[in-house]
Amino acid sequence: MDDLSSLIDPAATPAGDDPMRPRPFRIARVRKDLADTFTLYLTALDGAPFAFRPGQFNMLYVFGVGEVPISISGDPADPAVLVHTTRAVGTVTEAMGRLKAGDVIGVRGPFGSPWPIEAAHGQDVVFVAGGVGLAPLRPAILAVARHRERFANALLLYGSRTPEDLLYRREMPVWRSRHDIASHVTVDRATGRWTGRVGVVTKLIRSGGFDHRHAVAYVCGPEVMMRYAVQALDAVGVTADRVYVSMERNMKCGIGLCGHCQLGPHFVCRDGPVYRFDRLGPLFDIWEL
Amino acid sequence: MEQIRGIDSLVREHPFCQDLDEAAIALMSGCAKNEQFPAGSMIARENQPSERLFLLRYGTAALEIRRPGHDPLIIETLEAGEILGWSWIVPPYRWAYDVRAVTIVRAISVEAGCLRAKCDDDHSFGYEIYHRILRVMANRLSATRLRLVDLYAPPPRAARAP
Ligand SMILES: Cc1cc2nc3c(=O)[nH]c(=O)nc-3n(C[C@H](O)[C@H](O)[C@H](O)COP(=O)(O)OP(=O)(O)OC[C@H]3O[C@@H](n4cnc5c(N)ncnc54)[C@H](O)[C@@H]3O)c2cc1C
Ligand code: FES
Repeated sequence: MDDLSSLIDPAATPAGDDPMRPRPFRIARVRKDLADTFTLYLTALDGAPFAFRPGQFNMLYVFGVGEVPISISGDPADPAVLVHTTRAVGTVTEAMGRLKAGDVIGVRGPFGSPWPIEAAHGQDVVFVAGGVGLAPLRPAILAVARHRERFANALLLYGSRTPEDLLYRREMPVWRSRHDIASHVTVDRATGRWTGRVGVVTKLIRSGGFDHRHAVAYVCGPEVMMRYAVQALDAVGVTADRVYVSMERNMKCGIGLCGHCQLGPHFVCRDGPVYRFDRLGPLFDIWEL
Repeated sequence: MEQIRGIDSLVREHPFCQDLDEAAIALMSGCAKNEQFPAGSMIARENQPSERLFLLRYGTAALEIRRPGHDPLIIETLEAGEILGWSWIVPPYRWAYDVRAVTIVRAISVEAGCLRAKCDDDHSFGYEIYHRILRVMANRLSATRLRLVDLYAPPPRAARAP
């Protein structure tokens, strides 16, 4: 158990804390984002701040139902409030969606590797998001916004099924106007009232708006979307060593013990979920190992 | 400034014509003129004769399908640097969709009959044009296929590690 300490972020887990024991957090606010997606704002019952790095996730425990890995989508500069945006897809996430302000939820974490934002210092930073994949990227976008002067162009390329499925619709204009982070949004289908783009997210990559020789890309979404996004990035000259992806695998322990999240030699909960694409290599295409 | 530039220089600058030789630029320009569509106007109507190839220079155009009792469904938007219209190349030369200008749209409008005739007369020019159109169509086909995959759908449980 000795090596466990190196896996847990010391800022968030005071010495002696058991990484397998959930910390109780109260739901301060619930925001309904989309028909099937909601955001929980949580505060620790013990009042202790919750530090994390963009890209890390927590195991959220709905008491009596079960535990699921959910990325942190809040502002890393505000450790007083823990924010999670979740799409209700099954047993635990649907139960979580029925929780109300005042209810208590268990939190273990933060776990996993962060988006290495510093890799893009002095370069163009390109976020490529698909669907609810924008949620795990949000802390990284906020971190770039906070230190905007450290980056050249900053760009969010975001694809979703329909305009009604777009997350953080109100925030995107603020990212653009206050922080010069442009958002290019595209949807798969829309009706006549939509005045934005209709087409796949890979087309946004082809349209450019960044210097491919000096760009670092952070990609998050379902794996099929990430696969094609990485190909499109490569086609415009953003090579795999400058592309980071966030992987999803079923998880149980979240700390590299149980093997549930194994992907080849990697334990996604511990070595990931964020990987530099060239280090993941062919494993990206392997679903069942 | 723009008014005094010849159509050939606009044609030469358009990505569709990138690296075309001067003779081909001249052939293309001979069939081309500038056209502008106000925001909200219809650029083309489904099933109407497709008499033009548009090289989009500014703005956004939407390909739409009309649905009785509903707003039209936008199936794709096209922007500056892209081409609009390939029905002119395939009989019966009719537009497959409605096309609406979402914003003001400025385009180089190439007369299809003229272009087809030049392609027929000069096969190496024709090959080059068909080749470029084919590339565009191939890109659009793969984009359409990706959308059939439903890129943003959650992963099926069976495909994830147990
Ligand atoms: C590191 C990591 C970070 C994640 N971050 C987020 C996040 O920020 N927001 C978020 O909403 N989800 C996130 N997920 C996905 C989330 O963990 C799953 O949606 C959740 O575990 C499903 O559990 P469930 O009990 O609700 O569904 P289950 O009852 O286990 O599954 C029911 C159905 O849900 C669907 N499903 C299963 N897994 C997923 C999935 N990953 N995504 C979508 N649908 C799925 C399947 O179709 C399945 O049949 C993350 C996963 C990982 C590994
Ligand atoms: S979830 Fe247990 S090893 Fe990763």
